[in-house]
Amino acid sequence: MRYLRLLILATCVALPALATGQPAPSPDEFVPISQIPPEEQIPAINLVAAAYAFVWLALMGYVWSLGRRLQKTETDLARLERKGQ
Amino acid sequence: MTTAVKAQLAVAAAMFAAAPWVINAAPHEATMGLVYKIYFFHMPAAWMFMVAAIVSGVASARFLFAKRLASDATAVAAAELAVVFGLLALVTGPLWARKAWGVWWVWDARLTSSLMLFLIFVAYLLLRQFGGPGADKLSAGLALFGMANVPFIYVSVNYWRTLHPKTSVVPTLPVEMGVPLWFCVTAFLLLFLALLKMRATLERQRARVDALYLSYDEA
Repeated sequence: MRYLRLLILATCVALPALATGQPAPSPDEFVPISQIPPEEQIPAINLVAAAYAFVWLALMGYVWSLGRRLQKTETDLARLERKGQ
Repeated sequence: MTTAVKAQLAVAAAMFAAAPWVINAAPHEATMGLVYKIYFFHMPAAWMFMVAAIVSGVASARFLFAKRLASDATAVAAAELAVVFGLLALVTGPLWARKAWGVWWVWDARLTSSLMLFLIFVAYLLLRQFGGPGADKLSAGLALFGMANVPFIYVSVNYWRTLHPKTSVVPTLPVEMGVPLWFCVTAFLLLFLALLKMRATLERQRARVDALYLSYDEA
């Protein structure tokens, strides 16, 4: 039983190393190409625009959500305080 | 919302509106070209992410050890902002990396520790939402772990092998790149401070509403 536990423990420790496997063999030569393959081409402007648009939309969405939550809590608070008087 | 918070929000909004022109005036970078301009929003978002984690950690420490109940509202507010700004940094970073490094993501020390910090604060918010009684103290402990992660994130690029630019980039920026950066940092900081105050106010008001409900139930 003790050996079985040790075996399981060793397997768990070694598993990540085994999972990664052998690294790819190093290339013997570099093959030049005249153009970047289409799947590798992403214009920089698309990425820049996506990044700025995401920041803008996320921040505006958060400010809107926060304002809405504040308004709702203020309404609840005013209602409860009126009820208490 | 106080007048000061409204003024801060208005100035931050004006700065965000002007940012595209300020950033457009910056020159392209020699090896990365246009795509490096994501940096002007990515880096301030990442800084606010770390600042939020520190604020949440410090407020949590005051709540846990000095029994300052008011600090809990600040800790929750900063934790939520850590998730918001963390998301901005973790989305804009891969958009930049795809062009600059050729991959969306690498599991290096900087990126992995940043993702860990983000997940710690997501866990914080989930704990606050669904943790039940005692969740405030448990989440405060979690925020302390999050804060402890921040120095490792900051220095990780200097000590471990990574594709990410080192911390020496900022002090060595030429003026024409430094001006847009500090302009954006100021805009993000103003927005962060205004949002922190708003979110802390919301948390305090929620506590008052809960207390009033409880007092009516007991009466």
